[in-house]
Amino acid sequence: MAQHVLLIEDEPNIAEAIRFLLTRDGLRVSHAAEGAAALALLHRDPPDMVILDHMLPGMSGLEILSAIRADPASRDLPVMMLTARGRDREMAERAGADRFMTKPFANAEIVAEVRSMLGRG
Amino acid sequence: MPLPALTGTKLRERRLAAGLRQSDVAATAGISASYLNLIEHNRRKVTPEVMERLADALSIDRQALAEGKDAVLVADLRAAAARGGEQGVEVERVDEFVHRLPGWAALLVTLDARGLALERAVEALNDRMTHDPHLSQSLHELLSSLSSVRATAAILAETPDLEPDWAARFHRNLHQDSERLAAGAEALVGFLDAGQGIEEQGIAAPQEEVEDWLRGRGWALADGEPTAGLEDEIARLASSAARSLARAHVARAREDAAWLPEAEFAAALEDLGSDPLAVADRFGCSPLAAMRRMAGAAGMQAGLVACDGSGTLIFRKPATGFPLPRFGSACPLWPLYAALGRPMQPVEARVQMAGQSDRRHRVVAWGEVRHPQGLRGPELREAAMLILPDDGDGPVTRIGSSCRVCARGDCPARREPSILASEGVA
Repeated sequence: MAQHVLLIEDEPNIAEAIRFLLTRDGLRVSHAAEGAAALALLHRDPPDMVILDHMLPGMSGLEILSAIRADPASRDLPVMMLTARGRDREMAERAGADRFMTKPFANAEIVAEVRSMLGRG
Repeated sequence: MPLPALTGTKLRERRLAAGLRQSDVAATAGISASYLNLIEHNRRKVTPEVMERLADALSIDRQALAEGKDAVLVADLRAAAARGGEQGVEVERVDEFVHRLPGWAALLVTLDARGLALERAVEALNDRMTHDPHLSQSLHELLSSLSSVRATAAILAETPDLEPDWAARFHRNLHQDSERLAAGAEALVGFLDAGQGIEEQGIAAPQEEVEDWLRGRGWALADGEPTAGLEDEIARLASSAARSLARAHVARAREDAAWLPEAEFAAALEDLGSDPLAVADRFGCSPLAAMRRMAGAAGMQAGLVACDGSGTLIFRKPATGFPLPRFGSACPLWPLYAALGRPMQPVEARVQMAGQSDRRHRVVAWGEVRHPQGLRGPELREAAMLILPDDGDGPVTRIGSSCRVCARGDCPARREPSILASEGVA
């Protein structure tokens, strides 16, 4: 069964590109564009890892990350954050993100990072 | 309540001016000579009662001894010392300092006030860069669009077996994002360019204030314009340094107008075109004056930069597609600097500015040497470069605005790395 990635990203075209890349790499990708929907999806269909954008409407990426880490069911879930600035990265690190990808990212990089986080070599 | 600071100094001056001995004045006032000595050296504060007796002994008005301005200076210096941590500052001798070196004391207070103002301005700018919602939102928009363009374009380029419906979707996304990117970049440039007024930013060099004022008047001063109206505008400039620069600019513009009267100058432009040397020759004036007149002429669309012997830009009137550096030095490849190094020899070139696609300009530069203090005085140099729309063919010199914002990767004159990705690496 394909490993499952939850992608939380409000920019539909970025989400579409990432979804395409990971799907072609043999993964199942579900997508949410904002925090409440993402957390609901997380509980309904628990993923193997999360790709989380930092700047989102409503709940920020850091708030979503805090919610993920506060829930015993998802406390150890691998989370990669998509960040823009160095300071965002520091804040994400403190909030418990496992990996970071700086926008604009290279496709090969994000695929390689996801593979690594899922233990797929 | 003690009297204002420096009263002792004033007392001493008045006593000496009256030719009286310390002991005599002290005896008349009913105090000891040693106590008066301490008072006169500002080592003891003096009560109003004793002050009154001393004023009577010297036959002077007590109010004349109250030095309000100096007292304010002393208070400001004490505040400055406190802000500086007072380390090694002889606060107890502040009265003496103000009395002996009032000019330096006033300068120190002015610098302290300026330092405080700059600190506030830096804080405000820092806060703006960090928290400005417009700036933050614009940058986020740009980054998001850029991320999408990069990822989508790479998919299209690197996936030869892409299904047609996916290819169509990604092409559509690419188009959408490129539109967003263009709009976002335009909005950001507009925000940073027009931004907020100089007063609102709270920080501007005097030269920028003057240029902002001239920009507001279309860079022109009409020949017959009454001085009173101009002076009213100048008086509204924020700093005294800017007002001084503006007055010097007006004086020079008046001199230029005297050399090149409006009607005759317009006729010369009609006959001779945009050739500052030919125009200068007709009027018997400096080509620099002709260039300044041309830069102010409506319809010529000419920019002008001028520099002193150090290469520092002392005047900047921008031309379309020819961005001028706001801070730091300009591109060393500008013909302006060739003219500075070879005074009295015109330098003409067709130039292409980095990052301005195919737009080109014709520039004419001229430098001069002056000895305003005669043979034994210093040699002063000044050069100017007229920036005109390109109107011909010929070899093109590739230049930039300044190294920091110039992306030319193969530039032999680069003095510091660019913050932009390099282009044109050979």
